[in-house]
Amino acid sequence: MDLWFTEYYTKNARFSIKVDKPVISLESEFQRIDVFDSYAFGRILVLDGYLMLTEKDEFIYHEMMTHIPMAVNPSIHDILVIGAGDGGVVRELTKYDSIKRIDMVEIDKLVVDVCREYLPQTACRLDDPRVHIYYEDGLKFVRGKYNEYDLIIVDSTDPFGPGEDLFTREFYGNCYKALNETGIMVNQHESPYYPNDALVMQKAHKRIKSVFPIARIYQAHIPTYPSGHWLFGFASKGFDPIANLNPNWDTLGLKTRYYNTELHKGCFALPSYVRELMENA
Amino acid sequence: MDQRNAPIHEALKKHRSDRIVHFDVPGHKGGRGNKELTDFLGEKCLQVDVNSMKPVDNLNHPVSVIKDAQQLAAEAFGANRCFFIVNGTTAAVQAMVLSACKAGEKILMPRNVHISAINALILSGAIPVYIDPGINNRLGIALGMSIADIKKGMDEHPDARAILVNNPTYYGICSNLKEIVELAHSRGMLVLVDEAHGTHFYFGDNLPVSAMKAGADMASISMHKTGGSLTQSSLLLCGKNVNSDYVRQIIGLTQTTSASYLLLSSLDLARKNLSLNGREIFSKTVDYAEYARREINSLGGYYAFSRELVDFDCIYDFDLTKLSVNTREIGLAGVEVYDILRDDYGIQVEFGDLGNILAIVSAGDRAMEIERLVSALYEIKRLYGKESAKMFDLNYINPSVVYTPQKAFYSDKKNISLKDSKGRVSGEFVMAYPPGIPVLAPGERITGEIIDYIAYAKDKGSLLMGPQDMKLENILVVEG
Repeated sequence: MDLWFTEYYTKNARFSIKVDKPVISLESEFQRIDVFDSYAFGRILVLDGYLMLTEKDEFIYHEMMTHIPMAVNPSIHDILVIGAGDGGVVRELTKYDSIKRIDMVEIDKLVVDVCREYLPQTACRLDDPRVHIYYEDGLKFVRGKYNEYDLIIVDSTDPFGPGEDLFTREFYGNCYKALNETGIMVNQHESPYYPNDALVMQKAHKRIKSVFPIARIYQAHIPTYPSGHWLFGFASKGFDPIANLNPNWDTLGLKTRYYNTELHKGCFALPSYVRELMENA
Repeated sequence: MDQRNAPIHEALKKHRSDRIVHFDVPGHKGGRGNKELTDFLGEKCLQVDVNSMKPVDNLNHPVSVIKDAQQLAAEAFGANRCFFIVNGTTAAVQAMVLSACKAGEKILMPRNVHISAINALILSGAIPVYIDPGINNRLGIALGMSIADIKKGMDEHPDARAILVNNPTYYGICSNLKEIVELAHSRGMLVLVDEAHGTHFYFGDNLPVSAMKAGADMASISMHKTGGSLTQSSLLLCGKNVNSDYVRQIIGLTQTTSASYLLLSSLDLARKNLSLNGREIFSKTVDYAEYARREINSLGGYYAFSRELVDFDCIYDFDLTKLSVNTREIGLAGVEVYDILRDDYGIQVEFGDLGNILAIVSAGDRAMEIERLVSALYEIKRLYGKESAKMFDLNYINPSVVYTPQKAFYSDKKNISLKDSKGRVSGEFVMAYPPGIPVLAPGERITGEIIDYIAYAKDKGSLLMGPQDMKLENILVVEG
């Protein structure tokens, strides 16, 4: 049997993973949810045909979404996580004893249910007593919040589908308002390589820049995301991601596989063509 | 044959699969002759852009599938006859007026009629008798007609042939249509309804009464507005009191002889969809609009108005699917909010005037889009809100009709300064927006009050539209 999962990066470029067996396939109110077992990447989660995570490389994405802001402001206590139904972001955050509250807002309960059952590797800390899960639209949730959070993490899907409103100016503006005066927002920022992805990345950067006084971009290498080169946004009301890096982060003794404080300083150094894209955004 | 059928659509599908060789127009021949257009619109679309021929009937002389499709539409809308219109609802409104009134005959109409109705008067030579639509000064919008004003108009002009009602208005305001029909019919007048914004009244629950249900004689329906057909496609409905074969001849005076099958099939499929799913579609639409209204009203400052306005007089009913939002309390003009929404947030609403924006909500929306609109309005208030701006008062001026619009339009005219025009007869159309009411139509006496009104409206930032001189310092008046 020759069974492959294929995701089209563009009409003319695709990425395939050989599948051992399908685990589950469901249609939620919002999207199609598939879980496969693969030989090269372990179990994989696919939403509407787009690869969301694999067991083998998810640590890169989830560590970079969380430890970067946590290492900049050690007194982050109240966190809002938007999306993130697989639980990977929450798993990383619960490593910090200093965090008091994690509100997680995921529009699709079925994603969380599927991950709890089939992806315990990421969903393992969703029952931590500090975690409160809300199943509703992220934009609507954040609209009702004012001056409440130290950190907002936007772990959205791609901007075509249920995650579309998490790339809008009204969303970023409402996040700004929901953050307190030292607030930081981190978001998954798509890839700079393929033209359609790059366009989304430019638009998102432009919108964030119009809302937050500090808007920076950092990068990571994620084998199973389009082009393997992935960007993240770091926006804040005052914290600079490098100048304010907490020198004592290492003393926390957290075990990470991708993130370290040397990489923290380096990941904000971007290739020239990416800098150009941002300047022209 | 029943509402599950779509005869034009079915005939076109068959035609496409028959792979006929075309030595007729259109010359793009299924798209092969214009590659860029075909790539842009799609091959499937170009293949059914055909001319009238035997298997797909002819709109000007319908005997088969178009006749059947029109019959199905008539049944769906509770009309005696239905005509498919491909020149926009403007053509439908003009056909109503031209069918009801010959030159020199009178027609009652509210002053805030669509420009297409006034233009129909220029074509027909009918004499307009205007009725005060009432104005809500807080919102700065024109309303519906009160029964008392209609009675007065009918008493003063018992020889009028018809009354035209625009129902609902753009903002969703409805007049008391049933009583208007009773009044008009008791005096032998026809009731013509410009129902451009009311397609959904025929299919939804808990919505204002539709023209055909109220017993009106003719109604113009913009299927493309809330019914889901392509832009420019409309329906003209006739009740049993009108000679619909005469109406067909009237339509033929101005309608194209090369009706687009894209438009016709879109009417056919939209009618089928509304018949089968309309109830559900419009219940969803109302839910979305009601949700948005609640959320917007809870933001503070904005006023998304609704049925609480109903006074059973100038506002007999309100169309819940219309999402009109008054923005004056946040200190911004509706048109400013309109611009910010589009330029900064990528959200296009239907229009913005001095006091309001209007968002069209439909079954094509998703909860996400509604959420985006609400959130963007919140952001606009947070970022740009200032002290509330007072709405100005504009009152209704009863026009003095000296010549028919037709006579005035075709007379010799000269251009004079507006301030010297007192006592002259206007040769052109002037509309103040807001509140969206004509100040002058061709053939009307220019009074001192009107000159003052124009100055006031200009000063308050109202747009004055229609005249050749866009600044309206000069005006064309009838010679002599």
